[in-house]
Amino acid sequence: MGMTFVEKTLARYAQKDRVVPGEIVIVEPDLYMSHDNTAAIRKIFEKIGVEKLKYPERALVVLDHCAPAMTAAYAQNHKEVREFVAQQGIKSFYDINVGICHQVMAENGHIVPGRVVVGSDSHTPTSGAFGTLATGIGRTEVAALWATGSLWFRVPETLKVVVHGKLQDYVYPKDLILKIIGEIRADGALYRAVEFCGEAIEHMSISGRMTLCNMTIEMGAKCGYVSPDEKTWKWLEEHGVNRSLAVSNDHLFSDEDAVFERVLEIDASTLEPQVSCPHTVDNVKPVSAVVGTKIQQAFLGTCTNGRLDDIAIAAKILEGKKIHSAVRFLVIPASQSVYLEAMDLGFLKTIIQAGGVVMNSGCGPCMGAYGGIPANGEVCISTANRNFKGRMGNKESEVYLASPATVTAAAVAGEIVSSGTQA
Amino acid sequence: MISGKIFKYGDDVNTDVIFPGKYTYTVNDPEDMVKHAMEDLDEDFVKTVKEGDVIVGGKNFGCGSSREQAVTCLKYAGIGAVIAVSFARIYFRNCINQGLPVITLKPDEIARIHRNDAVSVDFKHGTVHVGDHLFSFPPLSPEVMQILQAGGLIDYTKAKIHHAN
Ligand code: SF4
Repeated sequence: MGMTFVEKTLARYAQKDRVVPGEIVIVEPDLYMSHDNTAAIRKIFEKIGVEKLKYPERALVVLDHCAPAMTAAYAQNHKEVREFVAQQGIKSFYDINVGICHQVMAENGHIVPGRVVVGSDSHTPTSGAFGTLATGIGRTEVAALWATGSLWFRVPETLKVVVHGKLQDYVYPKDLILKIIGEIRADGALYRAVEFCGEAIEHMSISGRMTLCNMTIEMGAKCGYVSPDEKTWKWLEEHGVNRSLAVSNDHLFSDEDAVFERVLEIDASTLEPQVSCPHTVDNVKPVSAVVGTKIQQAFLGTCTNGRLDDIAIAAKILEGKKIHSAVRFLVIPASQSVYLEAMDLGFLKTIIQAGGVVMNSGCGPCMGAYGGIPANGEVCISTANRNFKGRMGNKESEVYLASPATVTAAAVAGEIVSSGTQA
Repeated sequence: MISGKIFKYGDDVNTDVIFPGKYTYTVNDPEDMVKHAMEDLDEDFVKTVKEGDVIVGGKNFGCGSSREQAVTCLKYAGIGAVIAVSFARIYFRNCINQGLPVITLKPDEIARIHRNDAVSVDFKHGTVHVGDHLFSFPPLSPEVMQILQAGGLIDYTKAKIHHAN
C-alpha cells in the first residue's frame, strides 16, 4: 500500500520504512522559524538549562509582527531578540526591514521541497506551496528544538482536494480557499494534511498556491501541500535554491495507491467571488450575498495576500479611480522585495494617487498590534486570513475577508460590491 | 486525579477569546496572563475559577493562533483539564507540551455536561465523573503520557538532556 507525501516524509525523517496516520514519531526538522516571539522563547529555552542552540544553522528569526516597534515594551522585546541572535550566532536573522516571516523564508531560499519546516506561527503551512512539509508549532516546542533538535509529531491523515477546471478571470485563489473553508468548516481538516491538486492548481501562480496553503490552518489542518512542478523550481531557483539539494521526485509526490482519508472534488470554473463574514473564517458567503455592506477600512496585505500579483490587482482596479472618501485603504507589501517591485512597476504610485496608504512591510494591523485598528462599530474588509472578534485589535469592530480584487473594489465603492464588475 | 466544577462553552472557542492577541507581547508573567483569561468570552471566568476546575468545549477547541498563553493562562488559573469533542491541532500540542491534560468525549456526552456541574477526572483509569454520569476517554499515546507526566515538554526535555549527559 502506498503512502501520502506527508507519510513518506515523516517516515523518512523518523528513519522508518512506513508510518500510519495517528502514529507519533520523533523527527529532526531542517528549519525552525520564530519571529517577535523569539525573546519569549528564549526565556523558556533558558529554563531548560542549555546554553547554546544544538543546531544554530537551523534556527531562523524574523522581526515582523510589530515592525518597527510602536511602544517601549515592543522595542525592548526586539532588542532582546537581536541580542539573543548575536549571542547564539544565528545567521538567518531578518530584522524589521525585510518582511513577513513566511514570505521572507521563501524569498531568501530557505524553503526546499521535501524538507520539514516548523515555525512558532500558525501560518507556517504557507511554505507547503513549495512541496515542503511545513507546520506551526508552539513556543515551548521551539525552545525544545533549540535544545535538542528533535520533536514529536503525530502522523496526520490526508485530505486530498482536487480542483477541476480553471478559475474565471475575476475569481482568485483566495475565493477558492474561502469556498473550501466555508464548505468543510473551521474543523473540517482538523490535524489533517491537505493536498491540493488538479487543473486549477497546475495553472495557479506560486503566490496563489501560497494563499491556499496559508489558510489551511483556518480549517484546522497541520499542513497544506502542493507537489512541486516546473513553475515551483523556476521560482525557487530565482530565489537561490539549488535544485540538486532536494530529494528525488518519488519523495515529493503521494503514491498512486496512497490512502486519503477523504477526497474533495471542486469545480473551479463555476466558482464566484467569496467573502468570509464576521466573526469566524468559515462563515463564508458569495460576495453577492453581502453587496451593499458599508465599510470604513480596507486592508490589502499579510502573508495571505500581500504579494506582487495581489498588489497588481489592486493597482489595475484603481487606475484612474479614487478611494471612497469614507474609506481608509491600507496597503502593506508582504516583503520589502515585493515593495520594491511594486514601486518599480508603478503600482504603489497608482495606489497612493488613488488615495491609498502604503505602509512598510510587516504584519501591520492583521492581528491588531498596530497601524490600522478599526474604531468601535467600524467595518474593515481585509485580505488577511482571520476575522475573529477582536482580531484586528477591537472586539467592537467587524472584519470581512476577501480577495484583493473584492477588497479594492470595496475601497472604491465605500461598500462591498461585486468585484467581477469592477475589474 | 482532579476535581472541581465545570465551565462550559460552545464550538470553535478560539485563542483570541481565551487570551486576546493584543496582550501577547506585553503580558509575559503567567500570573498576569490569568487576569485576561477568557476576557472576551466570559467575564465571570476569572472571578470564579478555582484549582481543579475543568473547561468543557465543543468541536475545534482552541482554534486560531499558536499562542501558548491561551494554555498558560488557563493552567495558571487552576484549570485541571480541558474536555472537548475535538481540539485544534496546535492547541492540542500546546496543552500536552505544558502539561495540561486534554480529553476528548463524544458530542452526546458533552451535551450532558453543564456549567457548574461537579466534576472529577481520573487520568489513570481514563474516566470523567460529572454528577451521576460516568464517561470514559481513549488513553493518550505513551509518548504523550510521558510528556504529561514529566509536567510538560520543558521538564521532559530537561530530563532527557540530563539523562544524555
Ligand atoms: S501577516 Fe498576519 S497572519 Fe501573517 S504572520 Fe503576520 S500576523 Fe500572522
